[in-house]
Amino acid sequence: MKLAMIFRTALVALLLALVIKPIWFTWAFAPLAPEKGPIIYERASLLSLSLSHLGLVSLASVAATLVAVTLAILVTRPAGAAFLPLSRTITNMGQTFPPVAVLALAVPALGFGTGPTLVALFLYGLLPIFENAITGFSTLPPATMEAARGLGLSRWQRLIRVEIPLALPVILTGIRLSVVIALGTATIGSTVAARTLGEVIIAGLLTHNTAYVLQGGLIVGLFAVLIYDALVQLEAMLVNKYSA
Amino acid sequence: MIEIDKISKTYDGVTAVDEVSMVVDTATITVIVGTSGSGKTTLLRMINRLVEPSSGEVRINGEATHTVAKTSLRRRIGYAIQGHGLFPHYTVARNIGTVPTLLDWSQEKIDTRVDELLDLFSMQPDKFRDRYPAELSGGQQQRVGVARALASRPDLLLMDEPFGALDPIIRAHAQKDLRHIQRTLGSTIMLVTHDMEEAIQLGDRVAVMDAGRLVQYGTPAEIIQQPATEFVAKMAGGVERPLRLLSLYPVSDIIEEGTAEGEPLDANTCLRDALSICLWSGRDVLPVVNEGVPAGRVTLAAIRARAEGPT
Amino acid sequence: MKSVRAAELRLSLPGLLLAALGFLALLAPFMTLAANRIVAGEGLTAWHLAGPDVTLPGLIAIVSGLILGLFAAWPKARLIGATLGLAGIVWLLSQSASPLLEGAGEYARVSPGLGFWCLLAVLMLVMADAITSLSPGPRTRIALLASMLGLLAIVLGTGLLSDLSIMQEYASRKDAFHAAALRHLTLAFGSLASATAIGIPLGILCYHGPRLRKIALPVLSFLQTIPSLAMFGIMIPLLGWVANSYPAAKAMGIAGVGFAPAFLALLLYSLLPVVANMVAGLQSTPEKARDAARGMGMTTWQLLMRVELPLGLPVILAGLRIALVQNIGLAVIAGLIGGGGFGTFVFQGLNQTATDLILLGALPTVALALTAAILMDVLVELTNPTPRKAS
Repeated sequence: MKLAMIFRTALVALLLALVIKPIWFTWAFAPLAPEKGPIIYERASLLSLSLSHLGLVSLASVAATLVAVTLAILVTRPAGAAFLPLSRTITNMGQTFPPVAVLALAVPALGFGTGPTLVALFLYGLLPIFENAITGFSTLPPATMEAARGLGLSRWQRLIRVEIPLALPVILTGIRLSVVIALGTATIGSTVAARTLGEVIIAGLLTHNTAYVLQGGLIVGLFAVLIYDALVQLEAMLVNKYSA
Repeated sequence: MIEIDKISKTYDGVTAVDEVSMVVDTATITVIVGTSGSGKTTLLRMINRLVEPSSGEVRINGEATHTVAKTSLRRRIGYAIQGHGLFPHYTVARNIGTVPTLLDWSQEKIDTRVDELLDLFSMQPDKFRDRYPAELSGGQQQRVGVARALASRPDLLLMDEPFGALDPIIRAHAQKDLRHIQRTLGSTIMLVTHDMEEAIQLGDRVAVMDAGRLVQYGTPAEIIQQPATEFVAKMAGGVERPLRLLSLYPVSDIIEEGTAEGEPLDANTCLRDALSICLWSGRDVLPVVNEGVPAGRVTLAAIRARAEGPT
Repeated sequence: MKSVRAAELRLSLPGLLLAALGFLALLAPFMTLAANRIVAGEGLTAWHLAGPDVTLPGLIAIVSGLILGLFAAWPKARLIGATLGLAGIVWLLSQSASPLLEGAGEYARVSPGLGFWCLLAVLMLVMADAITSLSPGPRTRIALLASMLGLLAIVLGTGLLSDLSIMQEYASRKDAFHAAALRHLTLAFGSLASATAIGIPLGILCYHGPRLRKIALPVLSFLQTIPSLAMFGIMIPLLGWVANSYPAAKAMGIAGVGFAPAFLALLLYSLLPVVANMVAGLQSTPEKARDAARGMGMTTWQLLMRVELPLGLPVILAGLRIALVQNIGLAVIAGLIGGGGFGTFVFQGLNQTATDLILLGALPTVALALTAAILMDVLVELTNPTPRKAS
């Protein structure tokens, strides 16, 4: 466990250094850059790209979480049960749509820029959260639900005090999947002119500058891995809390 | 004949089975009984080497088990477990034919054997052969599990809590069936249970395990009448011991000349049931019939005498 | 009798929602007419497309399709309704394209508009929902899929839609399209095959060795986490270095850009679903059955081949399904690093702001992914080794 903490801290430090002081790594990327070409990406500050990237992902993920969980609550109530099969069909079919295709298809409808990226991230992000939230709400232990009813909790109280807390770990798993996909799709978003870290990689690909490609790839990869890891830890904490 | 010779098993310094020795006669049922953690299952699993003994050896008909390859040893020993462990993707016939298939029997010979066993367990072959385990009741699944263990006519049948997952009525029925089949086939069976009642009902000999050691090994009557330790006495039922003892003997053992009033008893009824009938109907004497023919009578006093413990 | 009829006529709530969306979509422009392939077009609603001899049959088919989709108790009616509606939108599309183009100029283009796409989505959902309630067996599902694909092939093959802008894009780059399709399939299936060849033995090893499992599965899930563009990007210097250091590798066609990095990136992404599901599949054998198998004298190999693999097959195939669908989607990124595939059109289209070119890349990818998902789902069901419990 300790070793993992040291490793994590080192990766965070490496990521921060790559973002804030990219100039420190000139020696490492130099062999990959074209002769006399630029080594470190300087067309925009990596920090502002990172913030814009993460901002886009957080905005889309928060919105997707709110909408998906609300919808999942609705379709798992008796009144919304008629929509449950259709919801499952939509999530199953929707998730076979490649995220890149969703992004590309958003452009004809919405034009270039941050807008279509945000919409694509939001739409695609809904599905895993919705799917997991439905699973979470429909697989609650029946004995617990029966007890909650027996104790005289109202529907609303059952939802807030029992169902949501118990379904939370499963919902969080959905959010994690969604965030990881969003981080990746946002990277591709720079092909439709959204301001994200993908810009660095694309610039590298267009100018045959492998140093840019690796630089962008490393930063995005580290962000994804660390955020994923943080969310896994959060879930583990919650699960431990309930099973203790 | 199975000889278990000073067999032990230690896991990370903890002794699960401690120098157990016992001899099991051919064509008998031996029941190993104990609480959970007593080492009874480990002892059983060392016989087919699902668990390798730390020391000691097992000999089957004189041949030490560690001299035979594990898999061929196991193919010679039947194995039935709690909850049956049937293969969900095999039909009943393929499940029963598992070991014969491993032994490369011809398909024709396997088919004949499967039908024979289904008949023996009163399951019509035509009806059950092609069903899947999920399509059977709990009792039927358990019977298929035992039939599968018997398929290759093994020298020895090991059973680990075979009736553990059954409800009481089906369980009693399955125990009776097993007894009957064992008598018919003359099989040698070693069975593990935590239930002393089952041990006394089924066993020709009963081995009581406690904390990894064999504390007593004897006939059911010996276990009840002369428990070797406090622990065995408690396992044997404490205040219920006289009733358990009575359940071991049929009325025919203490039949006497004479007649009596009222509904007659069959000579094969156990004394425990005879006592019950005496008490319930308020009679001191019951008439006895053997296959419908009057055979004498049995008295409450005689039943009482058989229930007395050692003084 | 009366109550039965009432139940039969009960309206389906999702059906109502979908019908409402469908009618709204009818109000949106069904097609757009543009002066050339780059500029934005003018939207035309369904009833303004052509004369009533064309629009009326189409509109009637669409409206009656949406209405048939309302009946909760008759999934067959809903299925027929969806088919009718789809026929209606295809009719409108095919019959109005050439009249619209007439006299609109040499470079004029007609393409399906927002209304068409929304109606398509709504009708597909009506169809999917109806099929879900019918819960057809695997063979029927295959037949349904085959007939859908067959109809699509007929519509495209007979040139019914050849006046549409996207079909003109296709016509002008037929060879490139076929090469891209072949490359896309090679990337998706080739990397899956390699991942399977590596993943199945690795999965078996992980299943038997908890230590390896504890290392391999987290490493693979971290790989899966890395954003696709970054992964494809990181492969470039890596393989470039391999190609420069080992002439033999270079001779085999391994290079920093193009097919090799895309293939490797897809391979790495596929490993997690393949290995994780392999382990989960093998673990799905009930412990009792495994104990019984060992107790009856099966060797480890016999246990694997006769019990664990057959019982785990649906889960193992589900892993391949995830990997395949994911690969088909991610192979689009190959277009960015010169790896070919449908992504080439998507990114060219994005660069030129040519919507039809984007669609030419994106639509086949989506269709391919959906088809693969349906086929693999059927396969998973067919390999289920235990029958459904008889009731």
